Amino acid sequence: MSKKNSREKLYSVLILLPSIILVSIFVYGFIGTTIYSSMTDWKGMSANPVKNFIGWDNYKTLFTSFIQIGFRQDLVNTVFYTLILLFGTLILGLFLAILLDRQVRYEAVYRTIFLYPMALSFIVSGTVWRWLLAPSGGLNVIPTWFGGEKGTFQWISSKVQILQFNWQNIFQIISALLLVIFIFVLISSIKSGNKKEKIKYSIICGFFALFTFVVLPLLPPPLAEKEMHGFNLATIGIIFAGVWQYSGYAMALYLAGLRGLSGSIRESARLDGANEFMYYWKIAIPNLRPITMSAVVIMAHISLKMFDLIYAMAGTDNEFTGHPSVRMYTTTFRANKFALGSAMAVILFLFAALFIIPYIIRSHKERG
Amino acid sequence: MKTSLQKKRTKKIIYYVVIILISITFLIPIYMAFITSLKGRAEINLATAWKLPKKITFVGYTNAITTLGPYLKNSIILTVSATVISSFLGAINGYIFSKNKFKGSELIFTLMLFGMFIPYQIILIPLFTALRTLHFTGLKGLILAHVVYGIPIVTMLFRNFYDQIPNSILESGRIDGANYFTVFTMLILPLSIPSFVVVGIWQFTQIWNEFLWAICLTSQETNPITVGLSQLSGGQAVAWNDSMAGAIISAIPVLCIYIFLGKYFIQGLLSGSVKG
Repeated sequence: MSKKNSREKLYSVLILLPSIILVSIFVYGFIGTTIYSSMTDWKGMSANPVKNFIGWDNYKTLFTSFIQIGFRQDLVNTVFYTLILLFGTLILGLFLAILLDRQVRYEAVYRTIFLYPMALSFIVSGTVWRWLLAPSGGLNVIPTWFGGEKGTFQWISSKVQILQFNWQNIFQIISALLLVIFIFVLISSIKSGNKKEKIKYSIICGFFALFTFVVLPLLPPPLAEKEMHGFNLATIGIIFAGVWQYSGYAMALYLAGLRGLSGSIRESARLDGANEFMYYWKIAIPNLRPITMSAVVIMAHISLKMFDLIYAMAGTDNEFTGHPSVRMYTTTFRANKFALGSAMAVILFLFAALFIIPYIIRSHKERG
Repeated sequence: MKTSLQKKRTKKIIYYVVIILISITFLIPIYMAFITSLKGRAEINLATAWKLPKKITFVGYTNAITTLGPYLKNSIILTVSATVISSFLGAINGYIFSKNKFKGSELIFTLMLFGMFIPYQIILIPLFTALRTLHFTGLKGLILAHVVYGIPIVTMLFRNFYDQIPNSILESGRIDGANYFTVFTMLILPLSIPSFVVVGIWQFTQIWNEFLWAICLTSQETNPITVGLSQLSGGQAVAWNDSMAGAIISAIPVLCIYIFLGKYFIQGLLSGSVKG
C-alpha cells in the first residue's frame, strides 16, 4: 500500500514539474532578473549587451533627477488612479448590488447591462470613450440638452492640476497620512475597549506624530529644488471610463455576497425593527467585509493595468495622464533604456506588492 | 391606509426611474459606437454626434474589416490555441492540488498563485529578451506567454471545482479498479465539462482582450486584434466611423460569449475571487 502511495506521490510531482519549472523561471526568475537589471547600466538589445552593475543609481535618477520629474508625477497619478477607481467601483458596485438585491423585475436584464463593459478590452472601451470625450463634443454637448452652455472641459488634455504639494515634503505627507489612518484605528480600538490594541495603536500614533512633526522636518529634503505635483484633472476622463467598465464587477461580487446572506438574517433584522437602510448599513455591509477585501485587491490590480486604457485614450506621450506602466513602456521599447525601464517596473511591482502579499498570505492561512 | 399604499407606489416608481437611468448611462458608449459606425465620414461631426445617422452606410465596417482582417486571424489562432493548452494544463494541475495533495503542495500552490497578481511589467523585459534570444518570437512566443502566466489562474479555478467533487466518488472508483490516471480520465474529466466551459471562457476573454504583451512581443505580421484596433484609432486624424466599427468588430466575439454564456462568465468571475 505504502509503495503504491509513494509511487503516486511521484506521479503527482512529475505532473506538476513542468508547471513548477515554468512558473519558477517565468515568474520568480524573471522578477529576479528585472531587479538585477534595474541596478545596471544596460542600454538595450544588442548582440553583446553590456551590463555593468551600478547599484541604486537608476532609482536615484528616477526620484531626484530633474529629467525624471515626469516619473514622479506619474507616481502621484497612480495614487489617484488607484484610489478613485477603487472607491468609485466599490461604492457604485455596492449601490447597484443593493438596487438589484430587492426583487426587481427583469433583474437579469439590468445585471447584463451593468456587467457587459467588463467583457470588453480596455482598448475597445478606450477607443469608444476617447470619442465620447473628444474636445468640445460628446459628453460636453450634454448640458445644451437642458438649456445650458456647452461644456468646455478638455477631458484628456486639461492642464489644470489641483491638490498641489511640494515633493520636498513627500515624506512628511506620507507620514501624516499614516498618522491620520492610525488615529482612526486607535479611535475604533478605544470604542471596542480592547486594552492591548489601545496601547499598541497609541504607540504607533505617537511614533508617526514624532516622525511627521519632529524628525522629518529636521532631515534635509529629498530634493534640492521646490517641485510641485498634484492631481491632474486630465486623468478624470480615464478614471471615469475605468469606473464605467469595472463597477459591474464589484456589483457581481457584492450581489453574490448579499444573496449568500441567509434570508433568516434579514427576517430577524426586520423583526427587530430594522428598516431597509438599517439592514444594509448595520448588517449586510459589515457581513460583506471579506468580499470588500477581495474586491480591493482585484481593483488595485486592475488599476495597475491601466496601461491599455491610457494607451487607447491618451496615447503614450500625453504628459498629464501618465502612469509608470506607460513610461516604462516608452523608456524601454522606444528609448531603449532597458535598465531604467526595469527600475520603473520594480517600483510598480513594489506598489502592487503592498496589496498582494497580505492577501496571498491570508488566503494561504485560510486554506490551512 | 391609502396614503401608505400611495407612498409605497411612489417609492417604487422612483426606484425604477433610478435603475433605468443608470442602465441608460451604462449603454451610452455602446449606443454612440453603434450609431457612429453606421455614418459616412462626412456626416461625423461633433454637433450631430448623438443623432442617428441620416443615411446608413457600411463604409466604416468594410474599411475596418479590410484593415483588421489579418489581425483578426492572428487573434483567433492565438486565443484558441492558448485557451486549449492552458485549460488542459489547469485541469491536470487542479486534480493534483485538490485530490492528490502531498506534503508541501499547499505551499507550491500559494507560490504559484503569486504569479497571478504581479503587474506584468516586472517580467516584461526578461520575457522579451528571452523570447528574442530563443528565436521564439511572434505568435508562438505570445501563446507561450499566455499559457505560462495563465497557469496560476487556471490551476486555481480547476482546484476550486475539484474541491467540490466528493472524495467518496474517487474512492469507489478505485475499488472498481481505476488507477491514478484512469480516475482522472474516466471519472474527473467527464465531470469537469462545466469547469472547462468556465475556464475556457475566462481564458478566451482574457487572451482576446490582452494588449501589453501583444504590443511588446509581436511585430506587424503577428499583431493580434487589440494592437490592430489601437493603430486604427490612434493618432490625430481619426476616421471615427472606421474606428467605432473596428471597436465593435473586435468586441463581438467576447460580447457574444458574454450574452449567450453569461452564466459561465459570471461563474468564472466569482469563483476566482469570492472564495478567498
